[in-house]
Amino acid sequence: MVVPLCLYSLQRTMMNLISTLLQRVMWAALLLLAVLVLNFSMMHLAPGDVADTISQSMGGADAQTLAQIRADYGLDQPFISQLANYINKVFHFDLGYSYFYNQAVTRLIFEKLPATLLLVITAQIVALIIGVILGVYSARNRDGWVSHFVSFFALFGYSAPVFWTGILLLIAFSLKIPLFPVAGMIDVTVDGGFIARFLDLLRHMVLPVITLASIFIALYSRLCRASMMEVLESDYIRTAKSKGLSDHRIIYKHALKNSLSPVITLAGLQFSAVISGAVLVETVFSWPGLGTLALQSIIARDTPTILGILFFSALVVIVGNLVTDFSLRFVDPRLRKH
Amino acid sequence: MITLLKQFAVASAAAAIIATSVLADDIPEKGGTLVYSLAQTPRHLNPAVQSGTATGAPGAQLFAAPLRYDEDWTPQPYLAETWEVAEDGLSVTLNLVKNALFHDGKPITSEDVAFSVKTIQENHPFKTMFAPVTEVQTPDAHTAILKLSQPHPALMLAMSSQLMPIIPKHVYGDGQDPKSHPQNSDNVVGSGPFKLVEFKRDEHIILERFDEFFMEGRPYLDKLVMRIIKDPSARAIGLQNGEIHLSTFESVARDINRLQADDSLTATPDGYAAIGALDWLAFNTASGNTADVNVRKAIAYAIDRNFILNAIHLGIADEASTGIHPGSPLYNAKVESYDLDLDKANQLLDDAGYVKGDNGMRFGLNVDFGWPEMKPKAEYTKAALKKIGIDVTVRSSPDFPSWAKRVSNYDFDMTWDTVFNWGDPVIGVHRTYQSSNIIPGVIWSNTQSYKNERVDELMEMAGIESDTEKRAELYSEFQKIVTDELPLYTTNTVPYHTVYNNKVGNPPMGIWASSSPMDLVFLEE
Repeated sequence: MVVPLCLYSLQRTMMNLISTLLQRVMWAALLLLAVLVLNFSMMHLAPGDVADTISQSMGGADAQTLAQIRADYGLDQPFISQLANYINKVFHFDLGYSYFYNQAVTRLIFEKLPATLLLVITAQIVALIIGVILGVYSARNRDGWVSHFVSFFALFGYSAPVFWTGILLLIAFSLKIPLFPVAGMIDVTVDGGFIARFLDLLRHMVLPVITLASIFIALYSRLCRASMMEVLESDYIRTAKSKGLSDHRIIYKHALKNSLSPVITLAGLQFSAVISGAVLVETVFSWPGLGTLALQSIIARDTPTILGILFFSALVVIVGNLVTDFSLRFVDPRLRKH
Repeated sequence: MITLLKQFAVASAAAAIIATSVLADDIPEKGGTLVYSLAQTPRHLNPAVQSGTATGAPGAQLFAAPLRYDEDWTPQPYLAETWEVAEDGLSVTLNLVKNALFHDGKPITSEDVAFSVKTIQENHPFKTMFAPVTEVQTPDAHTAILKLSQPHPALMLAMSSQLMPIIPKHVYGDGQDPKSHPQNSDNVVGSGPFKLVEFKRDEHIILERFDEFFMEGRPYLDKLVMRIIKDPSARAIGLQNGEIHLSTFESVARDINRLQADDSLTATPDGYAAIGALDWLAFNTASGNTADVNVRKAIAYAIDRNFILNAIHLGIADEASTGIHPGSPLYNAKVESYDLDLDKANQLLDDAGYVKGDNGMRFGLNVDFGWPEMKPKAEYTKAALKKIGIDVTVRSSPDFPSWAKRVSNYDFDMTWDTVFNWGDPVIGVHRTYQSSNIIPGVIWSNTQSYKNERVDELMEMAGIESDTEKRAELYSEFQKIVTDELPLYTTNTVPYHTVYNNKVGNPPMGIWASSSPMDLVFLEE
């Protein structure tokens, strides 16, 4: 009698999970559609188009060439038919052809996506780890000078514009003390095996990751500090202390998991901010990712590429939020019931 | 007599020994990888269908042209060993080298030259370059005769790497549209000293030596890596810490002054004469107060060129007064230079009947600019014209297409602009002044709506005049008239500089700068 009951409740949990997931996917799809339509319309409101930027890159083009470019790319068609064409293509999983880059948009994006993901995910992880360590430390020694120093330093990282931090780091560690390269993701002149190239990649990653992480270390450390301090006040911690458990055990086995919950929520919410921060960092460090591509295609009025990137960014943020939600369930069992 | 002969013999022998020892020292070692930073990503690598220096820099390494140019505007043999212009100017015969090969090993023949000209005529945005070419005859595999409908001296400058790359017929003649041909960016089969290894947009272009290049012993470099670094500060740091060996088209004054002070680097303005980039203030001569030539002259007298040269460009730009670049042999400096003269400016406006109102202002004008680097000039214009009673409003545009739409639809009073000469005036200068080139919606056409019959006539005559002296005279008169009527007020050359590490030998210095082949460049180690 017990076994079928267990199976039944397991089945219900699974169905709950699946229906939640499906609901979320449906909302995500609607959101993506709205993103596309809205941005397509906004791009078309601005005067001028990609034929003008192609003309700029060519140092001038005559009327015939401009007309030909516009005809080739369907830019002389009415707005609604251009929009309808585009949405239709997207439903067939075709993100279109980049006018400016002369390449399929999907190929462009997939070439650049790994670089951005590498930067963004590493920066988030680094920011989380450092933020949590600093937060825990300053919660334990809340009046120590380290605690105040951490608050100040973190706030500095958060308030300084990210491109300024980036250029400062470049001047300090690429020019004055030449430790790190000035631009790019890899050095193509490096010969040698996998290890050599992996180390070269790490060398290139240091400055951009630190720059991008610097914004979020402040947030995570302060939140973790506040959250940890609150948790350390609670009854069960007092119980653990009176039971004679070591400080170390209390913090790392009991308190940390509970105080991490708001930090992880924030990390998930910040995902979209990390992507926009990545645009600036990628520009300063010439990091060949989606951020650079986004900026360049906006300047070039390359509508298919911009929409493709927006589509992907929206997708990444949605997936990021989903992952955050599910990892919260892992950390906080109270959420599993829903 | 014999003593003289003996002296002469000794002297020549000495000269010969010195010459050979110098030459022997001068032949550099082969090898090395040069890192060259580009500021923009090219759309693709084929200059036959895409103009602009972003494509020209890699394109000139991948593709060869009939001629190449040194610092003196003298054509040198390249794919064409010798060439002749007919007496009547109606044909140009090119005798091609016999041993030239494409990167896939197939020979370069006159058929390819004919095909390249046709492709450029049909697809390249600059139509005036090859407009008079009616056909290209190919009597044998190594002779190409370009037949012209009228004499066309501009053709000589057009036959260089930036404007006439020789592309393979057997690749691009397969029926696909050359503008979007897949081999414009991947598996490029070229005719030049370097072949393509990899092109990653916004990252790099990797080129390596083409071993069967027809010029013996060249290129010297093993590899040429063009890294795309858009941020000027990052490029400057890269040059200083030795990561980057060469950069062209640097124009930020502060960076250049700092780089010039670095002992390991050289910064030079040489090499940009053919590109011929000029900054000017263009006026709308069709409507508004700027339609009055007195207003335009008054504005020119009120804007101090020296301020622009010294305060805005910190001394690294040169003066320019006509629509032709001062580096061109056709430049005429003997024109009105409109040096700062506020009294004259005020007088002109008073005499023309523009009375100052109670607030000291006569009337208002807008000034536009197309990209952020021009903003200082626009703001200076406001301050300068205040002194003669013109109330200037600075209008910024969010980006280039917005500005281009505005200006090309005549929705402006004055705008700062940068325009390139592209070698011969027929290619890049005529388009600004021709009354037949007033076409709405096209930026860098005659957006000033300037109409002058004599100027049209002069340009037409100069376009077909093969005699260099007569041509210079025609362009002299042209420059006098346009400087007198001021459809635009040219202030300075754009201070493009080539910055290179002192380890780089023979950096590209000819009149086409980075759009010339870099087969003679080497790296000292």
